[in-house]
Amino acid sequence: MSTLPQMPKSWRLESKPHKFCPGCGHGLVLKALGEAIDELGIQDRVAFGCDIGCSLLAWDFFNVDTVQTHHGRTTPVMTGIKRANPDIICIAYMGDGGGYAIGSQHLVNAAARNERITAILVNNCNYAMTGGQMAPTTLPGMKTETSPYGRDVEQSGYPTQGPEMVAAITREGAYVARGTIANLKQLKSYLKKALENQMAGNGFSFVESLASCPTNWRTNAKDTWAFVEQEMPKYFKVGEIKNPAEKGDE
Amino acid sequence: MSEKPIQGEKRVFMTGNEVVAWAALAAKADIMYGYPITPQNEIMHYWTRMAPKFGRKFLQTEDELSAGFTTLGGVLSGRKAFTATAGPGNTLMQEPLSMAEMMRIPSVVVIQQRGGPSTATVIYSQQEVTMTTFGGNGEGFRIVYSTSSHQELFDYTIKAFNTAWKYRFPTFVLADGYQAKMRESLSIYDPEEKGIELVKPEAAIGKPAVDGKKEPVHVRNTYNTEEELLAVLTGYMEDYQKCAPEIIEYQEFDCDDADVVVVSHGVVSRAAKGAVQELRKEGLKAGFFRPVTLRPFPADQLRSVADKTKTLLFVESAFGQMAKLAKEGIFGSTVNVDTLFKPGVGITSEEIVAKVKGLL
Repeated sequence: MSTLPQMPKSWRLESKPHKFCPGCGHGLVLKALGEAIDELGIQDRVAFGCDIGCSLLAWDFFNVDTVQTHHGRTTPVMTGIKRANPDIICIAYMGDGGGYAIGSQHLVNAAARNERITAILVNNCNYAMTGGQMAPTTLPGMKTETSPYGRDVEQSGYPTQGPEMVAAITREGAYVARGTIANLKQLKSYLKKALENQMAGNGFSFVESLASCPTNWRTNAKDTWAFVEQEMPKYFKVGEIKNPAEKGDE
Repeated sequence: MSEKPIQGEKRVFMTGNEVVAWAALAAKADIMYGYPITPQNEIMHYWTRMAPKFGRKFLQTEDELSAGFTTLGGVLSGRKAFTATAGPGNTLMQEPLSMAEMMRIPSVVVIQQRGGPSTATVIYSQQEVTMTTFGGNGEGFRIVYSTSSHQELFDYTIKAFNTAWKYRFPTFVLADGYQAKMRESLSIYDPEEKGIELVKPEAAIGKPAVDGKKEPVHVRNTYNTEEELLAVLTGYMEDYQKCAPEIIEYQEFDCDDADVVVVSHGVVSRAAKGAVQELRKEGLKAGFFRPVTLRPFPADQLRSVADKTKTLLFVESAFGQMAKLAKEGIFGSTVNVDTLFKPGVGITSEEIVAKVKGLL
């Protein structure tokens, strides 16, 4: 009997170990997503789209149909697929730069149109693939390569609160949540609900996940975890914001 | 499903944008993704009125980046998808179309050229030749048809879908604001009734499982090493050069004994044709050459014309964007070259006649 933890069935063994840095949060988000895909039994129906940036390293991560696109453009590519063939379960996977900066118009308008796709955004407070520049999600005072003295909110404004923004512009049928790699069970349940929401044809589904980037944060394991568990949730509140399955007495 | 959009063959009198919408219907396009920009808007206007009657779809996107990338998504899912744009919209469209080049996505784009650079005019030009043939951070792995009449807009829009899906290079129909907005008579028809076979689309993403087993595909445009990229692009170039002779189209007449051959494309070639006919009536030795495909360019065909005439006169509504392609195509030729360039402005046959007479 093996004591090793099981890899999700939907993962592609040939591309493991994966290409992300040691300690990167992507692997954990993709593990939660893989398990969600397995539990829903939808591996053969999924199209997975990723951006440029670190998320592109997932281009051969799953044994599901996959398209690697440009920075910020995974949302329109998945939208195009879904509109042309609604039977496909479309997942647009992106980073915080892709979703909140270069592709923000796509995220906003896909949400406003209530596109029946599931967008998953990994928030690690920086542009990681390009070497750790300031992102829309960089915390106030946080040092990056393009904010070497710390993010000055007078100059650069406050970090984007993506799920709150998406929740504000979506109407009925949308699912919106923020999870974290510090709570994988919860993150998986959010991802599962986001996929189920698409499958039910309710509307746009969006999950942001807080994630680690020790390479660019230049943190050791202890400090990395402290930042994810303690610092990030102070600004980025974890939880479900919109869930059509729990319709109140509106 | 619904009956055919066009039964048999019909004579009609309509604008070029309406023609494109009819042609896309006749070519069995499944879905259009679009964003408003003049002078291509009426393609969407007619498509959105007619498409639902024949079970076809439309999505109005947030910008041309999205119109381009959603089109690529539609094509990847195995549907005949297209978009249309112009000017600054064409500039934005270069990003998705460079991805189409890299991933060999058979997308179809109709360009109705307007004045440039920048906003310029909403009316007319031939200034989007360089961008449409070689735009993006790529190598020009595209096919570009330059139409000159409404009949050609209809014929080549149908052909563009076939060419794209047969050879798997992004394919453009390059027209202009005059062709878009002008009304003209033409014949519209059902291509299959005329014996034109429509190439069947094929899904890359979302292919059904075979015998209960699904073989997932991973399509990418990123490569790890220089050598890996070189190998891919070398293969693309071989494919492109191999199919180019099958794709290249051009027209020429009266070139054999001509002292001056007028070289033009698109709507300007109509003025050039009239001018050459007029000059010949007067006994003057003028000839006509028109590339129909700007990419791949009929270089060998123009070279053999250059070898037997004294002067090539390049005429276009731009500062030599077609001429640049032509001159590269005939590199090494010692033929004289002269130009009549009016960027963003139409050119009449009288102007060409006067110019040629000045050269003789």
